[in-house]
Amino acid sequence: MTTPHETPARTEAPAPRREEAPVRRGRVPAPALLLLAVTALLASVVAATLFGSADVRPLDVVSTILRHTGLGAFAPTEPLPKLLDALVWESRFPRVLLAAAVGTALAVSGAVLQAVTRNPLADPYLLGVSSGASTGAVAVLLLGIGGSVSLSTGAFAGGLVSFGLLLLLLGGGRVASPSRVVLTGVLVSQFFAAVTSVILMVGGDANSTRGFTYWLLGTLGGARWEGVTVTVVVILAGVAAIQFSAPALDAFTFGWDAAAALGIDVTAARVRLMVLTSVITAAAVAASGAIGFIGLLVPHAVRVLAGPTHRSLLPLSAITGAVFLIWVDVCARTAFSPHELPAGVITALLGAPAFALVLKRLES
Amino acid sequence: MGRITTTRLSWSVEGRRLLDAIDMAAPDGKVTGLLGPNGSGKSTLLRLLAGLRRPGTGTVRYDDVDLSALGRRALARRLAVVEQDVTAHHRVTVRQVVELGRTPFRGRFDAPAAHDRRTVDAALERTDLTGRQHRDWHTLSGGEKQRAQLARALAQEPREILLDEPTNHLDIRHQLELLDLLTSLDVSCVVALHDLNLAARYCDHLVLLRHGRVVAAGAPDAVLTPDLIADVYGVEVLVDREPATGTLRVTYLSTTTRTAAVPAPRPGPG
Repeated sequence: MTTPHETPARTEAPAPRREEAPVRRGRVPAPALLLLAVTALLASVVAATLFGSADVRPLDVVSTILRHTGLGAFAPTEPLPKLLDALVWESRFPRVLLAAAVGTALAVSGAVLQAVTRNPLADPYLLGVSSGASTGAVAVLLLGIGGSVSLSTGAFAGGLVSFGLLLLLLGGGRVASPSRVVLTGVLVSQFFAAVTSVILMVGGDANSTRGFTYWLLGTLGGARWEGVTVTVVVILAGVAAIQFSAPALDAFTFGWDAAAALGIDVTAARVRLMVLTSVITAAAVAASGAIGFIGLLVPHAVRVLAGPTHRSLLPLSAITGAVFLIWVDVCARTAFSPHELPAGVITALLGAPAFALVLKRLES
Repeated sequence: MGRITTTRLSWSVEGRRLLDAIDMAAPDGKVTGLLGPNGSGKSTLLRLLAGLRRPGTGTVRYDDVDLSALGRRALARRLAVVEQDVTAHHRVTVRQVVELGRTPFRGRFDAPAAHDRRTVDAALERTDLTGRQHRDWHTLSGGEKQRAQLARALAQEPREILLDEPTNHLDIRHQLELLDLLTSLDVSCVVALHDLNLAARYCDHLVLLRHGRVVAAGAPDAVLTPDLIADVYGVEVLVDREPATGTLRVTYLSTTTRTAAVPAPRPGPG
């Protein structure tokens, strides 16, 4: 260039807005993802039911499920022999269904806790809610506290107490730093684990102690219809109720005052969410022990794909959590067959590296 | 647009009176500046105006409606608040931040409707963030974050906006741009400011606070007098008019040693 432009820049038309390489999140439209997730869930339920010592065909599974749910007219194949039918319907299917429900509860709990504590590392297990629920369940079973109170009620009370303790230690309304939230969670978790150990030592004989220790690691074995139905209903109702608070969870992004200034009743929303999270976590723990890290793994993965808006984050986390735990449980019961691994051991093996990743991203 | 008035507004925390019988009015459609040294009660007053803290005594009125009679949601449909130094706890895009402004208008399950999208688009355009709407909030500069918060406030289609030191951490250019934008809006603004020259240039009405009390209120040339500034800030100033533009100009000369000027009595050695 030999002659510089003399024209003053301001007389030129405004430069076209430069297209910045956008860090786009939530690029995949939510309805498409939701459809995909539901399809994956249905396929996983059928596929996971196939795993086991006796071979069953996928269509037989579909037929069996349809027959037992009053939709026999649509069944594509002949009924299975009595024994196989019982195996699929009474043993394998309830277990798959329970895995789905527990996965849903833990994933949604994680998503909610992350927003309510404003901390990306929150998870019902890491924050001690699962630990408190375990203590409640063990206390009811071994000490007979509360007489006719059921195991689930004990788990619920324990979950609520531990959550309350957590918030109390964090100082109520103030926003705590992520590291403080996690450390407080460790504290609450360890405290309730210790209480559980004391109860086991004092109240249990050697046999029940071994059984409980296995249960505390998190396992979906021993799923039976009567328990599963209640668990599924409670978890579905809780997750549906949490969906009502999706706008509040979004509004928490910039803190309590910012949410209040957007018209959210912050105290009411936080109490409601705390109770609902305790209910679904307790239902999950009562049915399957303390399975960790799902609440951390699933919502983070979903956020990367679908963005942080809770209107789609919550249902997508719910379904992804279900699919995830269904397959974790398949691994748990087939990997070292005939021995079974506790599902909680597998989620911890996967979850610990994920935790490290989130931690690293948090610091950058 | 709406008028904000307070009568005998007081607020205490742990026995310390942070606001003492504040009577103030923010005129309709005007920019009202809240001035005063650190700890004079500007932020506290803004929180009470926003309904984020309940008044100890006294009232806040929007037009002729008492704040306590307005529901939280109803208030959020007319009043937007821009806080100081907010942080997000997870990754959000600029557009998602601005969409939060539609919260008071949307049902629990509603997807953003056409009107919501148009309002968000307009707010992004107004704050010159359209090209950055898919950027991650955490990657924005201080000025862009402040603009994104203002865009979120505009998406609330407010009649009144409260801003707590919105020019903090911004370079001169962004300070001017932000206040230019603010004065061009068709809303009543109450804005806490530190910079007296910016206040002189952009505010129609000023309220000067000290120790939680109103010391003076009125047009800039009535409030920004050497006597009042010396009295409240403890700084000797020269006030004149800038020859080219005619705006009020405050030139700082020296700190004064008048006892009345010491901002807050602090017990201690020496």
